[in-house]
Amino acid sequence: MKVMPGYAQQGVAENDSALLSVTDKKRLLREMLYARRFEERCYEAYVERKIGGFLHLYSGEEACAHGVLEAARPGYDYVMTSYRDHIHAIKCGSDPRKVMAELFAKEGGTCKGRGGSMHIFDVEHRFMGGYALVGGPFPLAAGIAKGIKMKGGDEISICFLGDAANNQGTFHESLNMAKVWDLPVLYVCENNLYGIGTRIDRSTAVQDQYKRAAAYDIPATQVDGQDVEVVYAAAKQAIEHVRSGNGPYFLELMTYRYRGHSMSDSNAYRSKDEERSWLKRDPIHILRNRLIDSQDLTLSEFKDMDKAIIEEIENEVIAYAEQSPEPAVEDLEKYVLAENDPYVHGGAS
Amino acid sequence: MSQMMYWEALRRAHDEELSHDPLVIVMGEDIGIAGGTYKATQGLYDKYGPERVIDTPISENGYTGLGIGASFVGVKPIIEIMSVNFAWLATDQIINTAAKVRYMSGGQLGAPVVIRSPGGTAHQLGAQHSARMEKVFMGIAGLRVVTPSNPRQAYGLLKSAVRCADPVFINEHELMYNMKGEVPDEEFFHPLEGSEVVRQGRDLTLFGYNISVHWCLQAAEVLSKEHGIEAEVVDLYALSPLDREGIKASVARTHKAIIAEEAEAPVGVGAEVMAIFNEECFFELDAPPIRVSAANVPIPYNHKLEKAAIPSARDVIAAALSLFPGKH
Repeated sequence: MKVMPGYAQQGVAENDSALLSVTDKKRLLREMLYARRFEERCYEAYVERKIGGFLHLYSGEEACAHGVLEAARPGYDYVMTSYRDHIHAIKCGSDPRKVMAELFAKEGGTCKGRGGSMHIFDVEHRFMGGYALVGGPFPLAAGIAKGIKMKGGDEISICFLGDAANNQGTFHESLNMAKVWDLPVLYVCENNLYGIGTRIDRSTAVQDQYKRAAAYDIPATQVDGQDVEVVYAAAKQAIEHVRSGNGPYFLELMTYRYRGHSMSDSNAYRSKDEERSWLKRDPIHILRNRLIDSQDLTLSEFKDMDKAIIEEIENEVIAYAEQSPEPAVEDLEKYVLAENDPYVHGGAS
Repeated sequence: MSQMMYWEALRRAHDEELSHDPLVIVMGEDIGIAGGTYKATQGLYDKYGPERVIDTPISENGYTGLGIGASFVGVKPIIEIMSVNFAWLATDQIINTAAKVRYMSGGQLGAPVVIRSPGGTAHQLGAQHSARMEKVFMGIAGLRVVTPSNPRQAYGLLKSAVRCADPVFINEHELMYNMKGEVPDEEFFHPLEGSEVVRQGRDLTLFGYNISVHWCLQAAEVLSKEHGIEAEVVDLYALSPLDREGIKASVARTHKAIIAEEAEAPVGVGAEVMAIFNEECFFELDAPPIRVSAANVPIPYNHKLEKAAIPSARDVIAAALSLFPGKH
């Protein structure tokens, strides 16, 4: 773990495995495996043309969302992210069936088929959206934090974005304002080393992203994003900092996506050797092997879990998405503006 | 009814809304301690404090996005962008987020923000301080655009915009903040849709909005006194949605129409109103309608060139007279 000089974080690496119980770890393993199978099923559905548009998959990065949100209060804290958003929504409490139905463009989807893969919203579970403009959520998350602060709640605002988003102006504008106004916002940088198809060293002057937070005097940490226990431990400290009223925090997670940037990506910009080296550090395998080593899990139990998940996704998630109706064409113009707002006509008075 | 200046009317609306709801905030460059470039928030920093009357860094896209994010959790931000020319930088958050979030979330989330900004050509401010953007915003689904032409509207439109659940862009004008006019003493909320007949006349309709309403009124007086032409003047204070029915009804009364705008013609307010003339009033028209617009140039610094670029009441009069060949 690297820590910015002056922002010493202690005890994260040493006590990682002590923080989560075996039950929690097994649940997290299942959740991450579910996320992987969900995303891989999306891949198939895209090939089958059940899912349209652009599709950005999270496979390989599962430990990031799961580790951070495990340390937060999903459904209570406000969360937003980019277009790679299915798994964050599910971890916040969204019904996977509704997420899949949204990808299938159905009325039963989280956004009634109006949003699509890049725009999952589930306000009931405080998943405040997937956004398709790189860096777009930075100021929105700071704004949610401003609202929390005004209302006096102890929620925090969590914004997940990739490394490439940090080259947008919104990164700098938002971190500056978050610090000036001491806003309760946690910025989580999922550094998967590529901005679409351009490797970070070809696009970015400072490659360690946590260092960039120092420009705004925001404490920052960089940790392994493939080990969910490491992510959890680092996130716990980061979240405690933010929730205690100490202002923003920046957490960088080193990770890798197995699929291309989106489904239309040839992946030609990465070497097979590089991909293989990251596959050896698969977040699901890391946790699985640790649980097997500690004799808390057997390989056959894991395989049964995997089989059950695949069946559950097929029988419940895909079936729901298939059966859900499409939105009615007569409703095309619904949701453009608020309905029956009295102030449009000069108020109720 | 009291006489007050346009900026005073805005200040009163800010004050009342801040007082009415603790979740109303005002944000912008120099709007706090300095009281706003055009004094629309004068004294409110002292009254409501720095958490609610917020001096922002010069980061237009950033603080506009921050206001939009705050609106997701119940805050009602009034965002002042000091000059509309700077709002180009905030179009990402205004257009990509505020205007679209309700739709793409399937109605779950709205962005009830107000964005106020002066556009228009003042006095020799040069090309990067003289633009108008209402033509851009009025073409974006999910965004309301209003533009007050007098202190009464400045007050009442801001009041309604703050209470409305939709994002509202309020287009003001740098030259109009010191304009005086009557504002009712009791609280009132101006409709965010519709148009207003501000002068009645049977011979032609002059459509204007914001500053061009005043050119139209001046032109109507001259046309009446010197040429015996009675012009109806219609104030299009709502640019999105535009009042199709109001436009249609006026043209049905007068059968001749002019739309005056301060901005350049291409893809503009006038272009849109002309399309409505065509779609709604084709068989009502006795003559081809006319657009009075600015020259299609970046606004020049030189005073003579600047004046030549921007239309005035004289251009509206000339356009009107061309519709009455016998009356020159």
